[in-house]
Amino acid sequence: MALLDVRDLRVSFDTDDGTVYAVQGMSFTVEAGKTLGIVGESGSGKSVCTQAIMGLTPGAKVSGQALLDGVDLLAMDEHELEGIRGSKVSLIFQDPLTSLHPLYRVGHQIAEVMQAHGKMKRDQAEARAVELLHLVGIPQPERRVRDYPHQFSGGMRQRVMIAMALALAPALIIADEPTTALDVTVQAQILELLGRMQSDFQTAVILITHDLGVVADVADDIVIMYGGRPMERADVEAAFIEPHHPYTQGLLQSIPSYSGRSGRLRPIKGYPPSLMRQIDECPFAGRCPHVQDACRAAPPPLKPVGTRPGHVSACVLPSDRVGHSFDAADDPVAAGSSRR
Amino acid sequence: MTGTDLFEGVSDAEDLLQVEDVVKHFPVRGGAVRDRATGQVRAVDGVSFSLKVGETLGLVGESGCGKSTLARLVTALHPVTSGHIQFKGKEITTLSRRQMRPLRRSVQMVFQDPYGSLNPRRRVGSILTDPFSVHGSLSRGEAKRQVQELMARVGLSPEHYNRFPSEFSGGQRQRIGIARALALRPDLIVCDEPVSALDVSIQAQIINLLEDLQDEFMLTYIFIAHDLSVVRHVSDRIAVMYLGKLVETGPVEEIYSRSRHPYSASLLSAVPVAEKAFRSVRKQRVILTGDVPSPVRPPSGCRFHPRCPKAQAICAEEEPVLEQKQGDGPGHLTACHFPVTAGEALALASREDPPSPDAAPSLSQGAPQ
Repeated sequence: MALLDVRDLRVSFDTDDGTVYAVQGMSFTVEAGKTLGIVGESGSGKSVCTQAIMGLTPGAKVSGQALLDGVDLLAMDEHELEGIRGSKVSLIFQDPLTSLHPLYRVGHQIAEVMQAHGKMKRDQAEARAVELLHLVGIPQPERRVRDYPHQFSGGMRQRVMIAMALALAPALIIADEPTTALDVTVQAQILELLGRMQSDFQTAVILITHDLGVVADVADDIVIMYGGRPMERADVEAAFIEPHHPYTQGLLQSIPSYSGRSGRLRPIKGYPPSLMRQIDECPFAGRCPHVQDACRAAPPPLKPVGTRPGHVSACVLPSDRVGHSFDAADDPVAAGSSRR
Repeated sequence: MTGTDLFEGVSDAEDLLQVEDVVKHFPVRGGAVRDRATGQVRAVDGVSFSLKVGETLGLVGESGCGKSTLARLVTALHPVTSGHIQFKGKEITTLSRRQMRPLRRSVQMVFQDPYGSLNPRRRVGSILTDPFSVHGSLSRGEAKRQVQELMARVGLSPEHYNRFPSEFSGGQRQRIGIARALALRPDLIVCDEPVSALDVSIQAQIINLLEDLQDEFMLTYIFIAHDLSVVRHVSDRIAVMYLGKLVETGPVEEIYSRSRHPYSASLLSAVPVAEKAFRSVRKQRVILTGDVPSPVRPPSGCRFHPRCPKAQAICAEEEPVLEQKQGDGPGHLTACHFPVTAGEALALASREDPPSPDAAPSLSQGAPQ
C-alpha cells in the first residue's frame, strides 16, 4: 500500500475577485522511502495541493481524499492533524528565514518540535537538537544551538529546517521548493544532504519544484501539474526519455541544453490558463500543437502510456506515441512517430 | 557639440567596453553614538574585462559575489571607487551628470523583477514614452507611433497601449521592460537576471526575443543569471566572479567544458541537469563545503583558498594573477596557482569540514521513540 494516496483533490478559494480553483482534481501516490517530484509552473497548484493535505489552507474549500497509511487526512479535525504534523509528516519551505522564529534560538526551536509531541523532556530534547545539527552538517553544533536564525547563512538555515523536519523521524517530508532561494553550490549541498538523510531514515519525500534539473537529480517518480491537474506521471527516466503529454514535451524543450548551444529554444506558445473558472476541457488545450475536438469536450483522464508500468498521461493522443516529437507538430506524419 | 555624437562611431573590431581594474567599496555604517564608517564591503575589488560589439558576456557567481554591483558600475548607476571604464573609447567614470546623458541612451538595463521595475500607477504607453520624452524631441503622435511599433516588436499587442502593468503577466511585463530598454536603440544592454522570475516555458520566449533583438540591432549584452544553462545558451564569453574578483574568463565552450579554476569547476558541476536522466551519466560533482566568506574581511591571498580542495600554503599568501594558463586558448584567463588539469577529479576537502557521513552518529538508533 502506498504511504500517501491522494484521490481527486480539489481546492478552491473565495476571493474578492471571485473563486480561484487552484486544484481541480489531483491524484497521486507516494511510496514509503521514495521521492516524488511534483513539477509545475507558478499557479499550477503544486504547493496548494500539499498545503491542503496538511490542513494549512484556512478558508479554502477542500474535497477529495488524502490517505496516509489508510487514514484520511482531509477528514481529520485540527487537533488530530496537529498530532500528524511534525511527527508523521513534516514540511520544509522555500524560505528558511521566514519559517524560523527570529527571536528564539535555533536549538530551542528544534527541541520544541520534540517537546510539543510529548516525546521528550526539555534537556533530552536539547541534547538531541545538538545531535541533529551535527547530522545535517552544521559545524560546532554545541555552540550553534544557542545562535539565532539571523546568525546563520541561507544554506545553514535550510539545514536547520531539515534538522527540525527530521527531529521526530517522520514517514514523509514535504519539501516545497527547498533550494530555490539558494545558490547552486549550496543547492547541491542541500540536495545531497536530503538524499543522505532520506536513505538513512527511510523517509518518503514529496519534492515540489519548478526546476526540472532538480527533479531529474533526486526524484524517483514525477508528477507534472498544469492548471491544477496532473498531466503526466512517470518514473523519472520515463518522464525524460519518453514523455507523452505535449505539455511535458514542451517543458523539456523549453530548457536550454546544458551540454551546449542548441540553437533556438522552442518555447511553449501562449500563457497558462486562468484558474478563475473550473476548466472543463484539457487545461493545455489552448497552447497545445496537437489539440483536437476531443480535448475540448472534457479534461482527458489519466491513461497508461509508453512502455513502463505506472506511466500515465492525461492526453487523448495514442498511448504509444511517446518521445520528443513536440517540434514535429506541423507535420502530421512525423508527429505520429517517436524518436526512439 | 551635441551630446549624442559623443558616443558615436566605433568599428566592429574595437572594444565597445573596456573595464580596467575597477573597484567598488561600500562603507559599512555603524557605531554606538555617532554614525560612522566602520568597515568596507569590497563588492568589486579590481576587475578588468572588455567587450566587443555584438558579443554577449555571461557573468556568473554566487549571490554576493559582486556581479550586480559590477553591472551597476558599467551602466554608471554607481560611481566607481577607483579604476577606469571606457565605453566606445571614452572614459565614463569622470563624466559629469550632463555629459553622462548620451551614455544613458547607449547603455540600458533590464531588471530581474518585472513587477518591481514598472510603476504600477502608470499606463504602459506612458512608461514606454518616457525614454523618448527624456532624450528626444518627438511630437506626441510620433512618440506614440514609435512606442506602438516597439510594443509590436517585442511581441506585445499595440492595442494594449493604455493598460496598466498589473494587467500583464510576468512574461509580458518582462517584454515591457525589454521594450523600454530598447526604445533609444542602445548599444549595450545589461540584463540582470532577466528570466529568473519567469516560468520555464515563458523563460524560453524571452531568451529567444533577446537573441532576435541582438541580431536585429547589433546589441551587445552583459548577461547575469544564476541559471548556468541559460547563461551557456546565450553567452559568447563567460566571466566567473568570486568575492569581488574575476577568477576565470574565457570563451563559453572552454569554460563549460574545460574550466581551470577550482571554483568555476565546482560551480559548474553543482548544476542539476535535466538531461542527465536521459543520458544516465552522472557528472562528477564537486560539492563545496562552507559558505562564501564575508566581503568585508575577504580571505588573504586567493579568496577561494579556505574552500578550495587544491589549496596549498602559497594560496593563503599570494594572490594569483588572472592570466592565460598553459594549454588554454587566447582569451581564456584563470587566476589560480594550481589550475585544474584535464581529467582531474577534484577531491572533497575544506578547512571547515562539516562531518563526513561516516563520522555522523547513526540516524537509525538516534531517532526518538
